[in-house]
Amino acid sequence: MTNLNKIELNCQEVVELVTDYLEQALLPETKDAFVKHVAECPGCDTYIEQVQQTILMLRKLAEQPMFPETRQELLEIFRKWNKV
Amino acid sequence: MSEGMDLPEHPPDIAAAQQNITGSQQAGSLTSADDLRMIEALRSGNEAAFVSLIDRYHASLLRLAMVFVPSQAVAEEVVQEAWMGVLQGLNRFEGRSSLKTWIFRILTNCAKTRAQREGRSVPFSSLPEFNSNLPEPAVDPERFRGPDQQWPGTWVSFPHTWDEIPEERMLSQETIARIQEAIDDLPPGQRQVITLRDIEGWASDEICTLLGVSEANQRVLLHRARSKVRRALEKYFEEE
Repeated sequence: MTNLNKIELNCQEVVELVTDYLEQALLPETKDAFVKHVAECPGCDTYIEQVQQTILMLRKLAEQPMFPETRQELLEIFRKWNKV
Repeated sequence: MSEGMDLPEHPPDIAAAQQNITGSQQAGSLTSADDLRMIEALRSGNEAAFVSLIDRYHASLLRLAMVFVPSQAVAEEVVQEAWMGVLQGLNRFEGRSSLKTWIFRILTNCAKTRAQREGRSVPFSSLPEFNSNLPEPAVDPERFRGPDQQWPGTWVSFPHTWDEIPEERMLSQETIARIQEAIDDLPPGQRQVITLRDIEGWASDEICTLLGVSEANQRVLLHRARSKVRRALEKYFEEE
C-alpha cells in the first residue's frame, strides 16, 4: 500500500494533540504534520505557548512551605517510633 | 560505607533531590544508593535524616492526599498516618521500588482507605471520566470555523498572546489562586494526574505505576486537565 496522502491537520485537531506533542507521544508522521501546521499558524503557535506557560505556572503551586508545627508533630512521632 | 551518621554533615542535596523528582525517567523504578543510605539512617534513629525526608515530601504528600479526601484537616491526618506507616514498614522495605514511590504508595493506600470511610471513594478505573465517551474538547468549538464554512476547523480569531502580561501578574497570588480553583473543579482522575505531573513534576511512568493507569489514559486525563486550566487562565487574563 502506498500512502500518497500526507496527514494534514487543522487548528481544532492541533489543539487536541498538544499534550501528546509535549509528552513526546506522537507518531512520527503525526508529529511532522503537527510541527508543519504550527510553523505556519500563528494562532496555534500562541495556543501552544499558552499551554507551556500554564504548565510553568502550575509548577509554582509546589512552592508552599510546611508549617513548623507540623514538622514538630512529625518529629515527635519519629522519636516515639525510635524508642520502640 | 553508608553509616547514617554521615547525614547531618552531608544533608541530601536539595537540588539533586528536586532534579530526581522532575527529571529522571527511572525515578519510579529502583531503590537508589541515596535511598539505601536514607533507610539506613532512619533505622538508626537519625533525626536529621527524617527531617530532610519530611521537608522533601510532606507538602507533596499533603497535596496528593487532598485529591482523595474531602478536607485539608483530614488530609493532614492521612499524611501523618502515612508517615507512621513509613516508619513502621521501614524494616520490611524490600527495595523493589524507589523510596519515594514506596512512600507515595503508602500515602495513597491510607488516603483511599480514609476516603472509603468518609464515603467518598470510587475505584480509579470506575471513575465516570474513564467510562464516558463524551468528548471534552480542549477549546470551545465555537472558537473554530464550522464544517459548512470556508476553512473548517481553523481559528475564528487567534488566541491573544500572554507575552505582554507582566511577570508579576502571571505569578501573582491571585493568578495562583485562580489556578487552584480550576484544579479544584476538575474530576478526581484529572486532578490527580495534573497534580502529580505538572505541580509535582513526576515522570509519567511513575504516575502510571502509582495510580494503576495506562500511559494513554494518563495522557487523556492530563490533556483534559491542562486544557481546562489554560482556559480558566485565558478567561482570567481577559477579564480586564
